[in-house]
Amino acid sequence: MTNSVERFVDPGLPEHVHRKADFDERAAKRAERQVAILFLLSAASTVLTIYSYVGISPKKEVFLPLLGTQQVNNLGIGVGLALSLFFIGLGAIHWAKTLMDDTEVIAERHEFRSSDEDRKEFVETIKERAGTAQLGRRSLIKRSLGAALGLIGLSPLVLLRDLGPLPKKELETTNWAKDTYLVSDPQGRRIKASDLEVGAVAQVLPELPEGTERSLENIGKDAVLLIRIRPEEFNLDAERLSWTHEGIIAFSKICSHMGCAVALYEQQTKHLLCPCHQSTFDVTRAAKVIFGPAARPLPQLAIGVDAEGYLIAKQGFTEPVGPSFWERNSA
Amino acid sequence: MKARERVAGNVAGYIDDRTGAAKWAKKNLTKVFPDHWSFMLGEIALYSFIILLLSGTFLTFWYNPSQNEVVYNGSYVPLQNLAMSESYASTLRISFDIRGGLLMRQIHHWAALIFMAAIVVHLLRVFFTGAFRKPREANWLIGIGLLTLGIVEGFLGYSLPDDLLSGTGIRIAEAIIQAIPVVGSYLAFFAFGGAFPGHSFIPRIYTVHVLLIPGIFLALITVHLMLVWYQKHTQYPGPGRTEKNVVGYPLMPVYMAKAGGFFFIVFGITAFLGATASINPIWLYGPYTPGQISAGSQPDWYMGWLDGLVRMFPPLETHAFGHTISWNILTPGVIIPGILFTGMALYPFIESWIMNDKAEHHLLDRPRNAPNRTALGAMSLSFMLVALLNGGNDIIATHFHLTINGIMWFTRIGLIVVPPIVFIITKRLCLSLQRADRDVVLHGVETGRLVMMPSGEFVEVHAPISEAKKFVLTQHAQPAALTVPASDLNGTDAPGGIKAKLRARLSKAHAEQVPAPTATEAKALDHH
Repeated sequence: MTNSVERFVDPGLPEHVHRKADFDERAAKRAERQVAILFLLSAASTVLTIYSYVGISPKKEVFLPLLGTQQVNNLGIGVGLALSLFFIGLGAIHWAKTLMDDTEVIAERHEFRSSDEDRKEFVETIKERAGTAQLGRRSLIKRSLGAALGLIGLSPLVLLRDLGPLPKKELETTNWAKDTYLVSDPQGRRIKASDLEVGAVAQVLPELPEGTERSLENIGKDAVLLIRIRPEEFNLDAERLSWTHEGIIAFSKICSHMGCAVALYEQQTKHLLCPCHQSTFDVTRAAKVIFGPAARPLPQLAIGVDAEGYLIAKQGFTEPVGPSFWERNSA
Repeated sequence: MKARERVAGNVAGYIDDRTGAAKWAKKNLTKVFPDHWSFMLGEIALYSFIILLLSGTFLTFWYNPSQNEVVYNGSYVPLQNLAMSESYASTLRISFDIRGGLLMRQIHHWAALIFMAAIVVHLLRVFFTGAFRKPREANWLIGIGLLTLGIVEGFLGYSLPDDLLSGTGIRIAEAIIQAIPVVGSYLAFFAFGGAFPGHSFIPRIYTVHVLLIPGIFLALITVHLMLVWYQKHTQYPGPGRTEKNVVGYPLMPVYMAKAGGFFFIVFGITAFLGATASINPIWLYGPYTPGQISAGSQPDWYMGWLDGLVRMFPPLETHAFGHTISWNILTPGVIIPGILFTGMALYPFIESWIMNDKAEHHLLDRPRNAPNRTALGAMSLSFMLVALLNGGNDIIATHFHLTINGIMWFTRIGLIVVPPIVFIITKRLCLSLQRADRDVVLHGVETGRLVMMPSGEFVEVHAPISEAKKFVLTQHAQPAALTVPASDLNGTDAPGGIKAKLRARLSKAHAEQVPAPTATEAKALDHH
């Protein structure tokens, strides 16, 4: 840019325009009354809050358009509180806008940078002070301090060790094994093939030894979904077909992506859908992933029946159930 | 002297005798704050934080962070005699058996949503106006820290009731931890005190939610505000406003009344939402059990983009040497957010490097006057919005009768295609707006008044704009792009090599502007 180019000049702050209340006492009085009314409305709202808390039964409900059914007690306390707060705010701002001096003020700003001299002296002070500590010369101190500080960071890490046990084989094992009975959830009854109609779906769990309490950790690994379709609809290899029983097929219900319960079964298409991330599995093809982020099919559980016709597992899961982890050793 | 004045004098004297604060206080009570609606966004975040502290403290009086099993016998009939965790049972008690409890829960949740929304919009304001530039880089970094912590804090709070929906959220968090290579399963077992869900996680995150993170918040917010105070607020360009001054209202009383009043208004609106707008009705979801789930599982909005990325990522896993790496979890859940947040944190330093800009900036940019930055911001925003859209794909599918598969593919492709398009359009738009500014300054505004000339020709009369307006539209600096240092006689590249070339190239893109009109040009036009 050459010097001959002129930019538009800054005309400076525009002249201050006074409000009516600044010179007209009647307007000012009116503003005062308005502010006072707002503050009094707040006070009245507090009364509403207290009345609602004390005087309205929490059992009382009311249906309001748009809002639906509401607890009257909750509504009264809440609306009272809201209005008491809101009117204080409104009053304060109205006060500021009508009565408080609204002349704009200019404050100077100074560059943060100190003078060159100060900066130089600052650096020199650091150098000089650090010098008296002899850190530069006493390398033994420097190194040993470095080692000490480096190591001390290990203490908190070690101290956190007891947060939990090591995973060991827990991520790879479930309570399913050969001849484990399938039981309904939550009743815990053994199931026969005839309990399940074609098109039906049910969550089952492994029967635990008498006196064992079922924990959520168990359910998080053991939950299995039973689905019954017509046997001719399966599109499975011979081994996987032998894992089914009269059209009943069993999959781990824990999503192979991130562990949500794969609970949505679409009867028409025979697809299982995980509601978390929409991974979709095809029941007829051993829960092959046909859509979504899951990379592996749901593990299939081999099932059969005992002599009395109750459904049992023919073996445990042949691969870990649920989401992936580093040590997982199968595709 | 009136009694009141005497008391005030005594109090001030008492304090000054012990601190010598009179001089400091005298100066700072009249400290000037510029006024603009967009400066209230950060205030909303601050006030929501205070509301969160107040309502959260109320909730702690009855909430019981325990995963021990109890049988519910409170007054909500549909769940009576059901086994559930104490945390879920105590949340039900707050909702049904403590007067004002449901209100406080809903205020707390609404305040959390507003807190995150205010942080994001405040961040956008700071970004698009260039308020992050020197000397305010530290405050930008603190802001990124607050945003990140806010996401974590919100997620933990959402998890505490231990209902079916939030338990599912924890399950997903566990899967992300478990997916970390080498140490994942160990970290998960340490975090949960054993296998998922265990009995330790809720009590642990409770401590983090009510003590650790709020403490860090308080410290960071304090530094954030002290820096604003010490460095003085930025201001928008305007007549009388320069890099060397601040124009606005003094702290006492105008700014105090406005800011204080605004706190009450934010609190009032949040309380109104808490009173009337149902949020997170946990009693409808039931207690958590890993074998169940409800359709339409949705996180809070500030997690939606992350969920959307996880949903759209292709099913990629590596199985090798007896180990598994889940790219379908790590990429959307860890790597992409890591890149986004690191890029965001580094942006002030990148821009200053690109333009070799070492100057202090206290006057804000009008977004159109930094076309490249504005386009970058719009591009990033569009990326997040596409991801967020997919986070709600199931809800969108059921509401608008679309297929989830269609939405998923639309967002998978859109995530890659939309941001560059948004960049180009935004940049062109900024340059067009600059051109429009130029026209208005040099030729005035259209008046809509047609005049017939003696020749029979019709022309529209243009009215010149005020000197103040002309100044506002033309005051911005238009720094030139950096150039590549010339190669030496032997033809080898100058020092810096590729880095210098990249810098020059970015600099060229960043400096692209429509020349601001000058008074000289205006005069030349007048002569014609």
